Amino acid sequence: MSAVQYSDVIRQRFRNPRFRGRLADPNLSFEDVNPLCGDRIAIEGRMESGRLADARHHGDCCAICGASADLLVEIGLGRSVEELRRIQPADLLERLEADIRPTRLRCVTLPLTVLHGALAGKEVAR
Amino acid sequence: MTLGELCRPDFPILARPVHGRPLVYLDSGASSQKPRQVLEAMQRYYERSNANVHRSIHTLGEEATEQYEAARDAVRGFVSARHRQEIVLTRGTTDGINIVAATIGRTLRPGDEVIVSEMEHHSNLIPWQMACRDRGATLRAIPVQEGAYLDMAAYARLVGPRTRLVAVAHVSNVLGTINPVAEIVRHARDVGALTLLDGAQAAPHLPLDLAALGCDFYVFSGHKMLGPTGIGVLYGRLETLETLEPGVGGSEMIKEVWLDHAQWNDLPWRFEPGTPPIAEAVGLHAAVDYLEKLGMERVSAHERDLTRRCLDALTAIPGVTVYGPRNPEIKGAVVAFNVDGLHPHDGAALLDQSGVAVRAGHHCAQPLARRLGISGTLRASFSVYNTAADVERLAEAVAGLRDQL
Repeated sequence: MSAVQYSDVIRQRFRNPRFRGRLADPNLSFEDVNPLCGDRIAIEGRMESGRLADARHHGDCCAICGASADLLVEIGLGRSVEELRRIQPADLLERLEADIRPTRLRCVTLPLTVLHGALAGKEVAR
Repeated sequence: MTLGELCRPDFPILARPVHGRPLVYLDSGASSQKPRQVLEAMQRYYERSNANVHRSIHTLGEEATEQYEAARDAVRGFVSARHRQEIVLTRGTTDGINIVAATIGRTLRPGDEVIVSEMEHHSNLIPWQMACRDRGATLRAIPVQEGAYLDMAAYARLVGPRTRLVAVAHVSNVLGTINPVAEIVRHARDVGALTLLDGAQAAPHLPLDLAALGCDFYVFSGHKMLGPTGIGVLYGRLETLETLEPGVGGSEMIKEVWLDHAQWNDLPWRFEPGTPPIAEAVGLHAAVDYLEKLGMERVSAHERDLTRRCLDALTAIPGVTVYGPRNPEIKGAVVAFNVDGLHPHDGAALLDQSGVAVRAGHHCAQPLARRLGISGTLRASFSVYNTAADVERLAEAVAGLRDQL
């Protein structure tokens, strides 16, 4: 295999996430679970003048999911709602620089589902 | 020669490498590997005798029926049931529980109670949630205490005149706890409640005497006990089965059919609608023969030895937390554990890189994970073909995990 499953990007984001945490005053938030593994991730964001001014992620998830969430926030900052909605799994996969197996693909896409859920104003089910 | 070393050559898959390392398969609790004897029996059936059962009046049909029914007899002996009518062949543990839930469920009334436990696999929880919800009955759960055992004092308080059925795991698929099922059955019978035991993690590992145990239902899967997927067993005590209406309909389970009604078939076929998994039954028969040739007392002692070694090895590694009983005498062939700071899925993926296959996640027991305050665990589980060397490879790989991420 050309790339490794746990790339340097994933290791670095796992050890030193740049956007892990909570926002004091979010105006959008959502969380979701991966029913296969029980991973749970939440994203909080603040939209200002129609653009994502700040965002954080938190939850209980694997390194791949956490790295994906961290990259997603980085990619998303400064974008409009329409631009945020256009972010695709491929955008994250490319930046993770890892050999993501089909069984772990959901780890990558869960944060994206959460972000898109937040933009759609979805309520968190309990 | 240990049992593991003796059995290994019978399992072709164990000879393959994974990521350039010899495979160490420690996920038999999810699905066991299959010996050559099982694979060959199924191949032989398909090449020589394949046909539908019970109604085909030709040589192949007779052979298929004979082999299918012979599997039932083999299972009867394996679990020490009194009658062959007590052995219903199903698609698996989940199917068996759903057959019982569909049957018992329709007799539940508001105010009735079904008791499960906090350590149940979702398969022994969701069907009862659905049955209780549909009928306005109440679902109660025996709590888990000390992160390992059923709270039997709480059970004694829960069980009473309203209890219609008690459904619990014989062996926990996460903690490995061997539950005191004889006591659970006795209490339930005292109040006239039925009992269902989920034996998915017990039947492959422990000698069973269901006639002596006295439970009403006992369910397990073929694929966790060296047999194929798609086949399982629902044992039903004859006196109980005789009183029950089938909950699932179709061909095979009827004797005579009119447009507006039907007469049910005799036991056990009354609970086997549709064409059954015939080749899978043949495979299960071969798996039962394989285990019986080894002897379940010997299988159980072998796996207890591996569990003890695994507990000793993992607890010696800094940063490793082990869940469930520490005493292998009351623990099945399952060891769940976590490594500090490492998500179970990352742990499993990294162990896989060393050729070591373990399970990771909540193991389909989310309420238990919640009770333990964790999102999931890693889980090593054993079968007849595992060896002390497998446990050493696991421990070595686990010790190196934290440096890899």
